[in-house]
Amino acid sequence: MKKRLALALILSVPLAQAAPIDTAQSHIGFTMKQENAPVEGSFKTFSGNVTLDLAKPAAGRADIVINTGSIALPTREAENETHKKEWFNSAQIPTARFTATSIKSLGGNRYQFAGKLTLKGITRDVSAPFTAQKQGALTVVDGVLPISRLAYKIGEGDWSDTSTVADEVRIKFHIAYHG
Amino acid sequence: MHSERYALPTILLHWLGAILIVAAFGLALALSGMHLSPLKFKMIAWHKWLGITVLGVTALRLLARLVWKAPAMPADMSPAMQRIAHLGHLALYLFMLAIPLSGWAMSSAYGIPIVYLAKFTLPDLIGANEALGAQLKTVHVLLNWTLAAIVAGHVLAALKHHFVDRNGLLWRMSPHAPKN
Repeated sequence: MKKRLALALILSVPLAQAAPIDTAQSHIGFTMKQENAPVEGSFKTFSGNVTLDLAKPAAGRADIVINTGSIALPTREAENETHKKEWFNSAQIPTARFTATSIKSLGGNRYQFAGKLTLKGITRDVSAPFTAQKQGALTVVDGVLPISRLAYKIGEGDWSDTSTVADEVRIKFHIAYHG
Repeated sequence: MHSERYALPTILLHWLGAILIVAAFGLALALSGMHLSPLKFKMIAWHKWLGITVLGVTALRLLARLVWKAPAMPADMSPAMQRIAHLGHLALYLFMLAIPLSGWAMSSAYGIPIVYLAKFTLPDLIGANEALGAQLKTVHVLLNWTLAAIVAGHVLAALKHHFVDRNGLLWRMSPHAPKN
């Protein structure tokens, strides 16, 4: 019994403390350009863990899984379209995953992550600056990750025409976690 | 017998407005049954640009009316008919303003800013609110069919005056003076 308790204690105290994202306080959105008009969207369902001690960012990690079917766009028609094979193919590939495996300080409350983004089964290296600050019991991370939608085959066939829907999509993340 | 013509800028703006309105209306009819596609996105964008241009042209037409007085109605029209004609013209102006504005507000409510000619970002008229966007779409469509009915009346009345009453009414809106 004592041994089990000891084991449980060891397992519950990993090297750095992984904190689940407070999804109610977090937001993953994006902006894309349609005929040069900026259009905003977001993903309503996601979850994950962040391990980031602001005093020791080098040991930081993040792992976030996004339900691509939970996309929110200005119209229902557009949302339904993005579930299709040409876009996220969310019936066959329901999730996207983001991992940050290297985090460094840029001074002040600014940091930079490097990691991987897997969208529609395609994994690419990604990197972007972000800010992080304590807000009471929460740590809040904010940043923008510009990606090429075509690099992940988001919008195939006719939709690969970037004169209508631009190739660049700016993912805006606002992630809050206890830590 | 010919009545006086409108001022040339008024005449040109009238026909420019007419062409733009027919084009915007036709585009909307064509795209309303289409599945989402890049072409549909393009057509929606052109429709918005046409609509905003109609708004601008209508504003210029109102200015033109202030600068150049409209010629008197044909003398063979009864005072009651003249009043109806004036009311009809007033309704046309109101709808030509209300329709682009309702479309613009609809786009704002859907959270899609209008970038005129893909270059100039117009301010949002109202905040994003999908339910309101859907309501404004209904309003926009209803206003359009009402305008279509008023335009039909406008065209039929003009043709009736010109070809039945033979009062030369159409010359009022012709860029060329009659030959006689």
